[in-house]
Amino acid sequence: MKASSCRVAIVGGGPSGLAVATELAKMGVDGVVLLEREQDAGGIPRHCGHSPFGFREFHRIMKGPGYASRLVRRAQQHGVSIRTGASVAKIAPAGGLVLSTDDGVERLKAEKIVICTGNRETPRSARLVSGSRPLGVMTTGALQSMVYLKHRRPFKRPLIVGTELVSFSALLTCRHAGIRPVAMIDNQSRITTWQAAAWLPRLLGSRLLMNVELDEICGRERVESVKIRDAAGRVSSLDCDGVVFSGNFVAESSLIRGSHLELDARSGAPAVDQFGRCSDADYFACGNLLHPVDTAGWCWAEGQRIAAYVSASLDQTLPPAERSVTVETESPWIKYFTPQRIALPDSFSAYYHPGLQLRFSEKLQGRLSLCDEHRNLVGHKIRVQPERRVLLSLPASESLSACESLTIEFTPSLEKVP
Amino acid sequence: MPDYSVSDSLPTSLFDIVIVGSGVVGCAMARRFSLEGASVLVIEKEVDILDGASKANSAILHTGFDAPPPGSQEHACIVDGYNEYLDIHSRLNLPLLECGAMVLAWNDAEASRLEQILQDAHRNGVGQARIITQKQILAREPELAACVVAALEIPGESVIDPWSAPYAYLLQALDNGASLVRSCELLDGRFEGDEWLLETNRGRIRGRQVINCAGLYGDRVNQMLTGEPGFEIRPRKGQFVIFDKSASALIQSILLPVPTELTKGVVVCPTIFGNLLVGPTAEEQMSRIDVNVDEQQLRALVEKGRSILPGLVKHEVTATYAGIRPATEHKDYQIKWHPEQNYCCVGGIRSTGLSAALGIAKTVFCQYVDNGGRHTALQHYHWPQVSQIADPGPRDWQQPGNGGIVCHCELVTRREIEQAFEGPIAPRSLAGLKRRTRVCMGRCQGFYCAAELSDLTDGRFVQPIGVDQ
Repeated sequence: MKASSCRVAIVGGGPSGLAVATELAKMGVDGVVLLEREQDAGGIPRHCGHSPFGFREFHRIMKGPGYASRLVRRAQQHGVSIRTGASVAKIAPAGGLVLSTDDGVERLKAEKIVICTGNRETPRSARLVSGSRPLGVMTTGALQSMVYLKHRRPFKRPLIVGTELVSFSALLTCRHAGIRPVAMIDNQSRITTWQAAAWLPRLLGSRLLMNVELDEICGRERVESVKIRDAAGRVSSLDCDGVVFSGNFVAESSLIRGSHLELDARSGAPAVDQFGRCSDADYFACGNLLHPVDTAGWCWAEGQRIAAYVSASLDQTLPPAERSVTVETESPWIKYFTPQRIALPDSFSAYYHPGLQLRFSEKLQGRLSLCDEHRNLVGHKIRVQPERRVLLSLPASESLSACESLTIEFTPSLEKVP
Repeated sequence: MPDYSVSDSLPTSLFDIVIVGSGVVGCAMARRFSLEGASVLVIEKEVDILDGASKANSAILHTGFDAPPPGSQEHACIVDGYNEYLDIHSRLNLPLLECGAMVLAWNDAEASRLEQILQDAHRNGVGQARIITQKQILAREPELAACVVAALEIPGESVIDPWSAPYAYLLQALDNGASLVRSCELLDGRFEGDEWLLETNRGRIRGRQVINCAGLYGDRVNQMLTGEPGFEIRPRKGQFVIFDKSASALIQSILLPVPTELTKGVVVCPTIFGNLLVGPTAEEQMSRIDVNVDEQQLRALVEKGRSILPGLVKHEVTATYAGIRPATEHKDYQIKWHPEQNYCCVGGIRSTGLSAALGIAKTVFCQYVDNGGRHTALQHYHWPQVSQIADPGPRDWQQPGNGGIVCHCELVTRREIEQAFEGPIAPRSLAGLKRRTRVCMGRCQGFYCAAELSDLTDGRFVQPIGVDQ
């Protein structure tokens, strides 16, 4: 069996993986290998054939594919070795990776490994949707890659389930391919992404139906119709030839689930400290794997930051992982947060760090704070929407040194949310 | 070994045996009669084999410990089928997960019934069965809810690949001279002299003997060929939930409930692909085609699974599906030769068909010989090797020249997909390709590979993935 070694192996060639690799190369770290299981690196933006990408990275508005290839080119220009068609099948202690390539199984040993496997949408099956199982039911990711990478149409008039940012990407993808969605539905009263997006379906000739749930998928070979249910419980039939399940992103943590690394149950992602370091300090994690789902630009910026930590870890100047304080919460409204540990002392506090990243399960307002056993350390008033990023800055590391554990608290305000 | 394509005209020669239906029973039947030297034709009304009752089950190879008593057709067939699978599986490259089973009692009332189940097991010849204590159960299955009271352990119960096994049986039949026609529906038939003339949607077929393995349509084919249904198919739907591969670490063995009068109940067991299965429900229905899943039932299965294995709460659902068992008004199988008409009906093969299929084929062949059937068994026959898609492997992604992985969740390679199309009994639907390779069957359900698949399958399917293909 083929075996090789490198200094840093990056698993996944999306925006965050490419940012980690490029930044490490720029910092002069030799032996950076980026492993991409597809035939091309670039990640999800490769099949998002619409704007806006790249403002943070290239100071201009780009479409996904152009943005992805530019990220790849830049990584290559800085000397990153990108191996496509290399799928990591297993991760093990002491930096041991098992890869599958066209040549069969191969072992790769790395001093540090950064896992950037991103996230994916929840498919129909995991949502336990009723009905038959015909052709034409898919996620936005599958739709995008069929339309933009293969120039094919899986249907002509689908239903789109969900109103997240990606749901509107599904709408734009359909428009690009001459597909006219019959409707976009959501069981909430307000769309999940920015309210301004609500005009888009109407502009494109599709209905936007709020407070409506998908009840059943019908059709033997292909989708023929769906049954939808409104808030009053009335069920009606809607003719369509496909169903797009959009959003409801989950961490693509298959590698972690079968490994020695600790998994955080709330986020479904590896448990990390503020440096993105996993329970095995040779492993780091970065990007949408940790916080489904954020923009490519956000993941790219995080990748740059993580690269600095990985580099410091190679130089053994990163604060040791052993002395760390865990972050917890009992709040029922907090869907997940990351990181789950803060390593002490944080000699890197001079770097910008966005702090804790959270998601809430519903639309709320109130006070969010981080407390130790005795007092509030930081906190502020917030208004939150589900699936939107919420940040809580970390207090200065000196104030954490005496802490045993940290707790995130959220006190909803009694005023009605407008 | 022809697998007649959709456009081929049908064979005009007289076959010794015409088998109606290519479910697990039809596949095993074709194998047995081919190896015994008969010329065999299998007709299937769907675009692919194994598309009716056989496409969805719990994939357990039963010992027959809880079967009807010795003397019943079902008991004999399960015992023979189980033993023959153990004999032949490695020669066909079929997997076997010898995980054993436990019938779990969750209260004293259930525990008190274990003794009777033990006696039945011993009566049925399953001597290794024994009752074990809560401590012994939890030592073996530490993730099990601790309120379990006692269990009956049956070491011989195993898990197999419910698709590759019958596929291999039929493949071996074709490799040894049998023929298959898909998309070929029987419309009428009459027995004239010593020959059957069977009318299908694709023309006439001739056979000396006809064996009805039509599964969910067994009574209708009976009616068509003999003038009376013989029994009534009462379709019973079973829904299943498949959990992520990560969940399979929670159990070692097949976990069965103490059965009630009405149902064998919900099973929690490992699958040969490294997942964890919870199901089936048992829902009587009129329809023979409705395999819809239902959110309420699926949620109930998830809850049931969590009540047995609390740790399941941390694991995602990967897939949901439903199948239909061809139950009848009778408890036993309905296997009956009509020697005067050169006709055999193999009906009412309910939930144990996968375990019993090889035994059913043997039984039917023995009865055929008893009725005067004579053939010279093949001296040397070919053993085709099905590709290994089960979890224990070795898998193609581990081998050189695999073309790279297309489906990352199930580690399905480009070469495996190409081989599925090039090999005999090529898939004609996405569902068929999924069953042959497991592509799209994993946790992402096509998020990553659907586009690539639409390219790879271009021009292959009756219903293509894209609408413009």
